[in-house]
Amino acid sequence: MSGLLTLRGVTADRLGQLLDAGQRHVEMIGSGASAPVTLARRTVTIAFFEPSTRTRLSFEKAAMTLGATVLTLGQESSSTVKGESFRDTIETLTALGSDALVVRHHLADAAELAARWSGIPVVNAGVGRREHPTQTLIDALTLRQHFGTLHGLRMGIVGDVRNSRVARGHLNALPTMGVELTLIGPSTLLPDANPWGARTSHSLDEELGDLDVVYLLRIQRERGAGTGLPSEPSYHLRYGMSEERLSLLKPTSMIMHAGPMNRGVEIDDAVADGERSLILSQVANGVPMRMAVLEDALGGRS
Amino acid sequence: MIIIEDAQVLRGTGVERCSVGIEGDRVVAVGSVAAANGARVIHAGGAWLGPGLVDLHVHFRDPGQTWKEDLDSGARAAAAGGYTAVVTMPNTDPPIDSGSRAVEAISRGDSVANVHIEVAGTLTKGRAGVEMADFDAMYEAGIRVFTDDGDCVPEAGLLRRIMTYLSALPGALIAEHPEDRSLTTAGHLHEGAMSDLHGIGGIPGVGEEAIVARDIAVARDTGARLHLQHLSTAAAVELVRHARDTGAAVTAEVTPHHLAIDDGRLEHLDPNLKMYPPLRSPADRSAMIAGLRDGVIDAVATDHAPHTIVEKAVPFEQAPRGVIGLETAAAIVSVALSGDQAVFFERMSIAPARIAGLARHGMLVEPGTPANLVIFDPERSWVPRVFASKSANSPFLGEELVGKVLATIHEGVVTHEEGLA
Repeated sequence: MSGLLTLRGVTADRLGQLLDAGQRHVEMIGSGASAPVTLARRTVTIAFFEPSTRTRLSFEKAAMTLGATVLTLGQESSSTVKGESFRDTIETLTALGSDALVVRHHLADAAELAARWSGIPVVNAGVGRREHPTQTLIDALTLRQHFGTLHGLRMGIVGDVRNSRVARGHLNALPTMGVELTLIGPSTLLPDANPWGARTSHSLDEELGDLDVVYLLRIQRERGAGTGLPSEPSYHLRYGMSEERLSLLKPTSMIMHAGPMNRGVEIDDAVADGERSLILSQVANGVPMRMAVLEDALGGRS
Repeated sequence: MIIIEDAQVLRGTGVERCSVGIEGDRVVAVGSVAAANGARVIHAGGAWLGPGLVDLHVHFRDPGQTWKEDLDSGARAAAAGGYTAVVTMPNTDPPIDSGSRAVEAISRGDSVANVHIEVAGTLTKGRAGVEMADFDAMYEAGIRVFTDDGDCVPEAGLLRRIMTYLSALPGALIAEHPEDRSLTTAGHLHEGAMSDLHGIGGIPGVGEEAIVARDIAVARDTGARLHLQHLSTAAAVELVRHARDTGAAVTAEVTPHHLAIDDGRLEHLDPNLKMYPPLRSPADRSAMIAGLRDGVIDAVATDHAPHTIVEKAVPFEQAPRGVIGLETAAAIVSVALSGDQAVFFERMSIAPARIAGLARHGMLVEPGTPANLVIFDPERSWVPRVFASKSANSPFLGEELVGKVLATIHEGVVTHEEGLA
């Protein structure tokens, strides 16, 4: 049973192979060629127990492009609403003939448990605050395309690190590929013990001049981030990526955001839509990178 | 008559390798015991013999949740673990918070043959943390241990009135579960590297420390007898040490799992490692062992908290808190105490019996004392796979343990035996 549950402990070689496979799909899509249907007659079940638009759609498109049969279980239609246990739902989806599950859940160990209970490959599509590994791979691919290499890049992850599954995925994998991470934000929104040993800072302005990439995180009000802040305007004052702050960056430095964005809080319009932004490249890399992950999980490498 | 031959007997004068004779519900001879017609002879083979173990803290879920445990299965688990007395927590459904419920619970407990069940009552009505429970009626019924276990008394003002009231009732003990919910409510495991790694809300050690400090201050102010349940942090141990040194009437307990494991095990989330207080840092764990050895922590109590496999087979954050402990405690504690027999029985039997006021338990083995005894082999290896408890939510399930209870004798009757030569 393979799949992709976590990037923690994954070697640089393996990460590089996944990115190479993603890049091949980027190029194939760019050339207008149709992808080989490496997942024909395979059933990929997209099991989302939490609201999501972009991740769900991009996994659906990735699986369909590779010729898989795609079943989608949305949060609103799931029987968990009727009180069915997570375990029973997973076992039912497996019994329906799924060859792989793509799991999004608000609880941290959901993907791991789905893998144990189903016995088939599971791709973690974002669990709890723990990890969102495909987003990390997408961002790594985006960085590699833009800068040529990840080695030696300095990235500042700014804002609500505590509540961010994206940040944890980055912490688990980007240093393995040579990225130096600095966590920047108010102490209430940074990790408690920082087991990754990343640098931390409470001043965005002091850090900006040293960074190659500024990765902005959404303030997750729904996870209680608001209670760790005096107010959003107060956050914006010290940590919001405004047009003025762009002038503190090196000319080569870029801005990233995993979306959805809270414009006017962590990022201003002029930054999100400006020429320093890699945000649309991140979105464009979503489908090809996820195609590579699904092929890898199902052993259908092209 | 029962004759136990060749045991390391914990006597008033120290440990002596000898035999013990039991007649009826009493120890009648210690030393060399003459053979008697019709006597049952147990060969201890040099294993420890001491007073039956006493657990200040068990949840038997009866009444209310008897699919997890009931008085009979709980008593069997206790006997299998070497226990002759347990204090049952009052957070049953309904809770033991009135005279009539106390009378009924005590009478049902007395009907259980193989272990003494000491029923605890609540500190507040309905365990709601708002009004004093019906102390006088419960006290008249025979209750001496009062606790809202699962929660502490939330407000210092109410706690002070409760302590003032109970300090006037001789023998009454206030047992507190130190947890400031405003600090812990979003958490599922110790706040630290593991909670960060999993992105799961942490339970900070200060949530325990804050209530321990408050409770010691109020106990000192009122003169009440305070017992602190399941301590887990180094900071709390230091607070208790200071309180003791300055003369406060405070006792404390620790669970076997906090002696044996720390939150490093939670690299892989396992609902059988989820409980309150949570498994803490390695430094906290060391402080628990040191505190137990030097006596700042008086007693080991299991916080035996059964939940079924189905209830635990859910994502970590949805799993109920608690693990079972009765059947594995002796092994864990003898290892934590490096095989010191005298300290083992002090922390596992003598001190807890004294704290709960159990006159027939926790006595050194001498002629005339009640025959509540355990035979324990500190060197025997075994692997817990099945339990006498209805539940199997043990953090030690399937792990090799060293130290096995060979026999338990309650009021002169063998209530458990396994692996005797």
